[in-house]
Amino acid sequence: MLSEGAAVIEVHDLSKRYGDKVAVDHLTFAVEPGHITGFLGPNGAGKSTTMRLILGLDRPQSGTATIDGVPYADLREPLRKVGALLEARAVHTGRSAYNHLWCLAQSQGLPRKRVDEALALVGLTEVARKRAGGFSLGMGQRLGIAAALLGDPQVLILDEPVNGLDPEGVLWIRNLMKSLAAAGKTIFVSSHLMSEMAQTADHLVVIGRGQLIADESVDAFIARSSERSVLVRTPQPAQLAKELERAAVPAQSDGSGEGEGAVTVATADDGALIVRGMEAAEIGEKAAAARVVLHELTPQRASLEEAFMELTRGSVEYHVGTDQHADGVPVQAQGTPPAAATDQTSESEVAE
Amino acid sequence: MTATTTGAATPGGPTGPTGPAGPVSANEGRSSGAAFPRLLAMEWTKFRSVRSTVWSLLAFVVLALGLAALITALTVNSWDKADPDQKASWLRDPTGNILGSGFFLGQLAICVLGVMVITSEYSTGMIRASLLAVPRRTPMLAAKSVVFAVVTFVVTEIVSFGAFFIAAPILHSKVQVSLGDKGVLRALVGAGLYLTMLGLFAMAIGALIRHTAGAITGVIGFVLVLAPLAQLLPGSVGKHIHAYLPTEAGHLVAQSAPGPKDLLSAWQGYGVFALWTALLLVAAEWMLKRRDA
Repeated sequence: MLSEGAAVIEVHDLSKRYGDKVAVDHLTFAVEPGHITGFLGPNGAGKSTTMRLILGLDRPQSGTATIDGVPYADLREPLRKVGALLEARAVHTGRSAYNHLWCLAQSQGLPRKRVDEALALVGLTEVARKRAGGFSLGMGQRLGIAAALLGDPQVLILDEPVNGLDPEGVLWIRNLMKSLAAAGKTIFVSSHLMSEMAQTADHLVVIGRGQLIADESVDAFIARSSERSVLVRTPQPAQLAKELERAAVPAQSDGSGEGEGAVTVATADDGALIVRGMEAAEIGEKAAAARVVLHELTPQRASLEEAFMELTRGSVEYHVGTDQHADGVPVQAQGTPPAAATDQTSESEVAE
Repeated sequence: MTATTTGAATPGGPTGPTGPAGPVSANEGRSSGAAFPRLLAMEWTKFRSVRSTVWSLLAFVVLALGLAALITALTVNSWDKADPDQKASWLRDPTGNILGSGFFLGQLAICVLGVMVITSEYSTGMIRASLLAVPRRTPMLAAKSVVFAVVTFVVTEIVSFGAFFIAAPILHSKVQVSLGDKGVLRALVGAGLYLTMLGLFAMAIGALIRHTAGAITGVIGFVLVLAPLAQLLPGSVGKHIHAYLPTEAGHLVAQSAPGPKDLLSAWQGYGVFALWTALLLVAAEWMLKRRDA
């Protein structure tokens, strides 16, 4: 057995290009056993590619990916060690679910009994002899999960497993992952939906444009980007922004988010200010000192979803047209605040 | 239809995903000495469990037997009106003509099957499941080749002898031919060998092109159109090019007597075809290892 805390999946300096396009860019991280590690990033961030590289389906330009120190391609009976669900379907449409699993089982020397068990586990026993091509998206997903669990693997790599599942199926997957993690398995699950990860993951690996953005616990991740965002309403926004700017330690705001001491002030559509990098109390004091009237001073708490948007801004592969000014707004610039902040503004308006 | 496998439907239950593993030694560390037989078993299950296999082989049997009988009968009926070259050909090599009648179109079914064995994995995404189970691509391709070749050989040999025993009596009134005649047995066995090699040839092209339609068009266009057209190439160079083309060289082994224009002997021709196929399979294996799945 693995000792507690020993990394199971290790990705080191992994890079992959398709033509000119860099899909994975010098990525390094590790996934540890016994909990669920969420692999998060916007669409096109390189999650699926990274997983395919780990699984030996694609060849990296540089770097290594290993499972218990061994490249996937060198595993002797890989399905007994690693179970994988890929985003794209990996089933011959003309073959029955049973035969699909049976041929995979044969390659690993697994008995027929395992096929029956895997089918029962995902609830496909009744349709086991039907052609997989006739399966709904959800059933196809269940078959993929049956294939992943076939060899009772120690490591599970799941690419967007809840895609196409109904709410019941989503709940089922979540509980399955939790029970597997509790049993000491290593679970590495990707999603572009922050809310999904908030429900399941303990640890997060966040990437954008193929690069590592964060590798930390879910709690730390939220804390990191929700700190020091304050909604301020004042009849003298320009004056207050100037005061705050003067008070702030000059910092290079290079758009990569706020470092220590960097203060950014953005203006919401309704004229409210969104201040980052300064506590509410401090803003209040500065305002008082400058004799600026405040109508509202509300510390904002970001949800995991917002934390995600915040951190991956600027690394989103496909921007929506209106989103293009949203990148880290420097001090007193009159840019549009990020979507998340706008939402909050309207929420607090309703609250008033 | 589902009744057979549902016996042990709920041993694990939905709550304990690790439960079912209990008695099954799903742990690693077990000897994998029997690795290649396992791959053969896997490929055999894959091969037999899709409809395209059955349909292709059925199409081959019907076309090959039906056309061998039909064209032989037509030849016999119009024997007196047939041109002398054609008569000479049937008299010189009755076996080759019988087999050729059926296999000219029948071989297309083998080409389609050979291509589909590999391209259907790409078109459906099955290749990813296959490579996750068998990350080493060379043994996978080898196992696939062996299973496909063995099945194709058995079926084509049966059909080859079947076509002979159906058509020879039809031909009897004009040309007498029996199994004991010189070269006949070799031609009948050779027909199965040729078609098996053709199937592998098609499979290699399928593995290189990876798209069903493209690979089938390529193989059939080559076998039916391009290779025979090479006969028209002028001069000695043209004659040699034609003689060494894979299928033109390969099918010599299915003749009981050499034709007047054949440059290679039966086995030389088959050797040339085998060499072409081996080269393509090596190229396919090389590409399979290097390309992303």
